[in-house]
Amino acid sequence: MVRKLFFILWLVFAGLAHAGEAAPAAEDPALEARVQKLSEELRCLVCQNQNLADSHAELAADLKNQVREMLKRGQSEKEVIDFMVQRYGDFVLYRPPVKSTTWLLWGGPFALFAGGLGMLFVKLNRRRKTAAAPLSAEERARAESLLDGDLKEKA
Amino acid sequence: MRRFLLPLGIFVILVGFLAVGLRLNPRDVPSPFIGKPAPAFKVAQLHQPEATVSPEDFRGKVWLLNVWASWCVSCRQEHPVLMDFARHGVVPIVGLDYKDDRAAGAAWLAEHGNPYVLSAWDREGRVGIDYGVYGVPETFVIDKAGTIRMKHTGPVTEAVLKEKIIPLVKELNGA
Repeated sequence: MVRKLFFILWLVFAGLAHAGEAAPAAEDPALEARVQKLSEELRCLVCQNQNLADSHAELAADLKNQVREMLKRGQSEKEVIDFMVQRYGDFVLYRPPVKSTTWLLWGGPFALFAGGLGMLFVKLNRRRKTAAAPLSAEERARAESLLDGDLKEKA
Repeated sequence: MRRFLLPLGIFVILVGFLAVGLRLNPRDVPSPFIGKPAPAFKVAQLHQPEATVSPEDFRGKVWLLNVWASWCVSCRQEHPVLMDFARHGVVPIVGLDYKDDRAAGAAWLAEHGNPYVLSAWDREGRVGIDYGVYGVPETFVIDKAGTIRMKHTGPVTEAVLKEKIIPLVKELNGA
């Protein structure tokens, strides 16, 4: 009974804690949606495998505020992205731009795929050639004699 | 036997890539600031709230901008190195107290010593954002024309001073 009560209390407080965090969204849902969308494109530099939207690091919160303020001031998404890249480099982008230093990153998977396809074709071709080569008359005679001999022995 | 050579070769290359990848430091994000003018700011000083500080004040000098905070654990590791370096007077070190309480920052310097000619106070972390700070401590080397020449992320060690910062400062002062 007591445990059940604690569990219910825990549920109530867990719900409260969650409600507290989501508060800023209420102000302007349209703006908040844009902030959210843009934050998903930007990397949090503290916890590097998370984007700004997911991260709870203090810097991520600051940068999200920065994004919100810039959008509120009427600046475009591109201006916000440029602002971030100017300060944190291309690393801040989850979708790195295509340039000379990133061609391997963008082209690599396609090159690997093409290489794999090429190898597959070569292998299949070779296999077809070896399988399709017919027996010469001499080989056929030998095979027949072997097979017949085998049968006779058993009989 | 030969049919295993290709997969083995690919495996060895893959292991090579992974070995190199493991040794890279993901915190070493290439700074887009190298060769760019140091972003302008004008904020209050930590010790004298009525006085301001700006990068313009150091034009004509080679100087270091060291981002620190009283809540920063790695700064404690770096601090004795900076204290010792400041004693030699090779280059003025300007502090940027990042997202810190004024009293806490001043108390921290009083306790551990103050290697800075002065400290700027960046309560909201705005200057930090303009300098692309993402982990304290960070150190910038800025030349006489106000151009950022080097950025070091993480605690400055004796080795970093000897191999990178001091030679660069000497070169910049000589030119």
